Amino acid sequence: MNFNFLHSFGKYLLLLKTAFSRPEKVSMYWKETVRQMHDIGIGSLVIVCIIALFIGAVTAIQFAFQLQDSFVPKFYIGYIVRDITIIELAPTITCLVLAGKVGSNMAAEIGGMRQKEHIDAMEIMGVNTAAFLIMPKMIASLIVIPLLVCAASIVSIVGGYIASVPQGWVTDAEYVQGVRYYFEPYYVSMMFAKAITFAFIITSVSCFQGYYVKRGSIELGVASTQAVVYSDILILLGDYFIALLFTV
Amino acid sequence: MIRIEGIKKSFDETEVLKGLSTEFEKGKTNLIIGRSGAGKTVLLKLLVGLLKPTSGSIWYGDTDFTKMDSREVRTLRMDVGMLFQGSALFDSMTTEENIRFPLDMFTNKTKKEKLDQVNYCLERVELDGANDKYPSEISGGMQKRVGIARAIVLDPKYLFCDEPNSGLDPKTALLIDELIQKLTYEKEITTVINTHDMNSVMGIGDNIALLHEGRLAWRGNKSEVLDSDNETLQNFIFASPFLQRLRDAALGKKQ
Repeated sequence: MNFNFLHSFGKYLLLLKTAFSRPEKVSMYWKETVRQMHDIGIGSLVIVCIIALFIGAVTAIQFAFQLQDSFVPKFYIGYIVRDITIIELAPTITCLVLAGKVGSNMAAEIGGMRQKEHIDAMEIMGVNTAAFLIMPKMIASLIVIPLLVCAASIVSIVGGYIASVPQGWVTDAEYVQGVRYYFEPYYVSMMFAKAITFAFIITSVSCFQGYYVKRGSIELGVASTQAVVYSDILILLGDYFIALLFTV
Repeated sequence: MIRIEGIKKSFDETEVLKGLSTEFEKGKTNLIIGRSGAGKTVLLKLLVGLLKPTSGSIWYGDTDFTKMDSREVRTLRMDVGMLFQGSALFDSMTTEENIRFPLDMFTNKTKKEKLDQVNYCLERVELDGANDKYPSEISGGMQKRVGIARAIVLDPKYLFCDEPNSGLDPKTALLIDELIQKLTYEKEITTVINTHDMNSVMGIGDNIALLHEGRLAWRGNKSEVLDSDNETLQNFIFASPFLQRLRDAALGKKQ
């Protein structure tokens, strides 16, 4: 079992090495990168925003409930929603969702190409298939996923506002004061560090699972599921280590 | 010309190819035939580098393909075209985009030059005007022809066809065979075809290599098939009672 893990890890590293080779034609890779940016970015924007909106809203309501009959100032609702969103919820929850949506899609797309001999056809044409299929996805993810996380954190703060201000938990001025209170730009850096790391995990793990899929629709389903499961586990592990790295 | 020397290929404990040596001539249709499981597809995959041999060498002209690094292999593959059994056309691309893909990837031609080249290839496979069709909108025979057009768009020196007639009716199969043969002769391509279609064997078999249990059982051409006393060949070619009666009738006439 341990040897299997080492074998797979070695294959994963070798695939990444091949994937970052010099492109045969930059314009073709760029075209594919733009297509991937559109698919990952525009294709995931709505679901990411919906989830972020509700996360912000629930965080605000829960915290407002905890603050009832306490001496903690009400503006802390905005402050907590902002920090918890930026530091943890926006990057982690967004990327867990993207692992399910984008990761499984990448594994299924590449795995399907493997099964239909599209990858073999490209190989025989002389295309470095690992590079052509993985590099544009990786570049697109590393650009678009941090932007999605950024959008998620903004929407989440707005969600907190919508849930708490009209309900009378907190006034408009108090919420805004809380959001602006003791802002630490370092947390935004942490958010982007997490987003970039998680984007790399989602793309590399999913592409790896898809690229080495064996023949058969059952294997394709397994690869797609494994892409999500492994990405999720690695995202949570990564989250823990980044938290340690940035805070201890 | 492609020459293979002592090729062996094993998967775990199973030896599929057991020291195979033969050659595929330039400007001729070289057929690899044999029963299912004889090692034809494995041999074809070894020839194009999708698999690596356990031992032995594959020579493209004077260059040993098995000793090339991945960059050299990719360079050589610019001279290689391949028609897959299932055509392997990219579903999300039109016919034109499929054929243009190698041009987009490896040439600096202008849009017009590429379009002219695509149209020329479509004309060669008698599919003029099918530029905007998606693979799902055309028949299996047409997909094969688009596959051939894509395989020849970069003017390859070597053309590999994996079961080009599988799943096609006899007339369309004949058309595909004639097309491959015509292109082979005109462009002086070294064509290697993996088939077990007897019409192809008797129609376009300039060179025929019969594989049996991982070994070369017979080598010859289509005119030598009937006269050969090789038992494996006779059992393979004339497997059905109908074909046996035809052979007996033909030999009877000859005698």
